[in-house]
Amino acid sequence: MRPELTNRSERIRARLTQLFAPSELNVRDDSAMHAGHAGARPEGETHYKVEIVSSAFDGKSRVEMQRAVNSALKDEFDSGLHALSITARAG
Amino acid sequence: MSDDVQQAIDKAVKSNDVVLFMKGTPTFPQCGFSSVVVQVLDYLGVDYAATNVLEDQAIREGIKEYSDWPTIPQLYVKGEFVGGCDIIKEMFESGELKEFMAEKGIEMEAA
Repeated sequence: MRPELTNRSERIRARLTQLFAPSELNVRDDSAMHAGHAGARPEGETHYKVEIVSSAFDGKSRVEMQRAVNSALKDEFDSGLHALSITARAG
Repeated sequence: MSDDVQQAIDKAVKSNDVVLFMKGTPTFPQCGFSSVVVQVLDYLGVDYAATNVLEDQAIREGIKEYSDWPTIPQLYVKGEFVGGCDIIKEMFESGELKEFMAEKGIEMEAA
């Protein structure tokens, strides 16, 4: 059995890799930058930045690309992910 | 989600050519992402209607469902969802946003 990915960054990375086979992927936890701000939690893991380049996005509009990423990470939004900054490109 | 909320949101979206759903107000944004979109619209000199989602929990949740978009801010032009902070920023930086507004017949004060 695969070890449980308890870290949100790792789960985001694993999920996006599985779904989009990206040629570039950066996942950054920016939660510390938003500490004390609405939506932030003491335990962190609320604010993330994702940069992703994937051929799966060929021909998609910006809104469609971001929707695909947001939708892939729905479980994370449902479990405390508050803000996700996305830079997505086809390629 | 009640239909009343979705109808109220639909009415708000169509009440003005440019509508921004944000946290806080244009004068006092309460979130960095909302603030970026306000700055872009102000820079372009676009007249817009802003809805503060922090004042209404039903709108705050309902707007996410309305456009199948999980985050705020959300910008609408002529009833069409254009994007959130990242998209607006990208479009602004590439000059696309200005072209888009012009195509939609939105007046801009900026040169």
